[in-house]
Amino acid sequence: MNASNSIGIVSAKRAQFDTPLVFHSGAVLPRYELVYETYGKLNADKSNAILICHALSGHHHVAGHYADEPGNTGWWDNMVGPGKPINTNKFFVIGLNNLGGCHGSTGPSSLNPETGQPYGASFPVITVEDWVESQARLADLLGIRQFAAVIGGSLGGMQALQWSLSFPDRVRHVLAIASAPHLTAQNIAFNDVARSAILTDPDFYGGDFYRHNVVPTRGLRLARMLGHITYLSDDAMADKFGRELRDGKFNYSYGIEFEIESYLRYQGDKFAAYFDANTYLLMTKALDYFDPAHDFGGDLNRAFARAKADFLVVSFTTDWRFSPERAREIVRPLLHNRRNVSYAEITSTHGHDSFLMEQPHYFDVVRAYLDNVSRERVS
Amino acid sequence: MTQNDIARLAAERPDFAAIAAWIPKGASVLDLGCGDGSLLRYLNETRAVRGYGVEINDLDIVSCIANGVNVIQNDLESGLSDFEDGSFDFVILSQTLQATRHTEALIREMLRVGREGIVSFPNFGYWKNRLNVLRGNMPVSSELPYQWFDTPNVHLCTLRDFETFCRDHQVTVLERRVMSGEREVLLLPNLLGSTAAYRFQRGL
Repeated sequence: MNASNSIGIVSAKRAQFDTPLVFHSGAVLPRYELVYETYGKLNADKSNAILICHALSGHHHVAGHYADEPGNTGWWDNMVGPGKPINTNKFFVIGLNNLGGCHGSTGPSSLNPETGQPYGASFPVITVEDWVESQARLADLLGIRQFAAVIGGSLGGMQALQWSLSFPDRVRHVLAIASAPHLTAQNIAFNDVARSAILTDPDFYGGDFYRHNVVPTRGLRLARMLGHITYLSDDAMADKFGRELRDGKFNYSYGIEFEIESYLRYQGDKFAAYFDANTYLLMTKALDYFDPAHDFGGDLNRAFARAKADFLVVSFTTDWRFSPERAREIVRPLLHNRRNVSYAEITSTHGHDSFLMEQPHYFDVVRAYLDNVSRERVS
Repeated sequence: MTQNDIARLAAERPDFAAIAAWIPKGASVLDLGCGDGSLLRYLNETRAVRGYGVEINDLDIVSCIANGVNVIQNDLESGLSDFEDGSFDFVILSQTLQATRHTEALIREMLRVGREGIVSFPNFGYWKNRLNVLRGNMPVSSELPYQWFDTPNVHLCTLRDFETFCRDHQVTVLERRVMSGEREVLLLPNLLGSTAAYRFQRGL
């Protein structure tokens, strides 16, 4: 893919919602804002809309770049654009920053209009269901009754799945990529270590660090370093870094010696410089809580009985955070409920991060699926 | 799929029509080793089946999806654990039996998942194949298009072999259709038939 088939210059929009949102936890947010971007044209019967749900650290800037920031390319620009697998010549594509995020939508770092202070620790713990509810309100605002497809990777895939359960009539196709029907104990354990790093940072101040004019950088940094390890595969790390030493020799010190240490610290620092610690906590909790079978005695078959969409499920061979076995746990209840479903297991060396990378078989699968969606006659 | 496409497929793959003739409208079908999804598409068009394919090959997965066929990427040889007992009316193994390694286990799995099984395979007892071997060469033909050194076919059999297998494994053959090209063979099928399709179920 080259720059010429980028969607080009895009700009973020802002939507204001004044109807209170009741969270799954019982908490109420009286009003909130969502930032979003759109690409392509909504057709006359408003049947060609695709919603992109983002993962833990994602946001509304999915494709293209900003006029004043030509280097700021959307996080899924390789996938979304004119002639790309998610083809903006055919579809009207929406990316948003989820509620609780830190890229412009109302979140813990936003000012609470009631107090004039950042929400901080008072921002409600949010679930995937709550997000889907807020996304549906954005769809209402844009006049979209039914999405042609809701698409997401990782935590975004969970939102896409939840769409088929919360609003079975409002989504025709669900693309759940590098995702799972719920986290395992091991996944939750990783999240808990990441959260502990933030919660125990002395600069965290119980979530109200804003008023102390500090940022729990050390905690965020550790959380990101740990997360990053789990997004890569053992092989990818070995290929990229191996046992490379920065100085070519052992220094017998605790400074950065191995290249992998340098890389992780760099990633940690970069992330801690822009990401909100409270948002990180919220995102990981949303991941932990997601479990459509929770209200059905652990039975996913019953949970998915109400789904009406068609599904494409995609996994990557070296993804150990959301392994192919976990993806097949999504496929089985869909087969049980006789949904139309296809499942592709992509051979890839890039671990969980594979879903963000341009790889021919992966892109061919998504393109072939969505080409058919674009040709559907909608009654 | 146009009427032309259907006619072309029927001509290229005579076993498709034989298989379709056994499948009632609206049946549920699992096609193992479904390739590019042609059979499922054919059955969708001619029998309005509710179908899924299982395939391992990457390019075929893309073709199935492009053909609008449900496909699950998986290795048949590792079993059908994604599929529940008795969840399909028919489980089909079309021109794939001879290329499976764990053939016994796979037939067992077919009859766990499906009410009935359907297989089609090239008949190694076909007279041209016998003649080839008699002349001292492994047969190479349109049904067996491989050389001995590059063939995926590790479990070739004759009609009689397959029927013996069924008897020994408590499998009842319900129907058999033996073909030579597009023509049905009724006389001396194990000698004059180049391919065969069987419909079978569990139990004797």
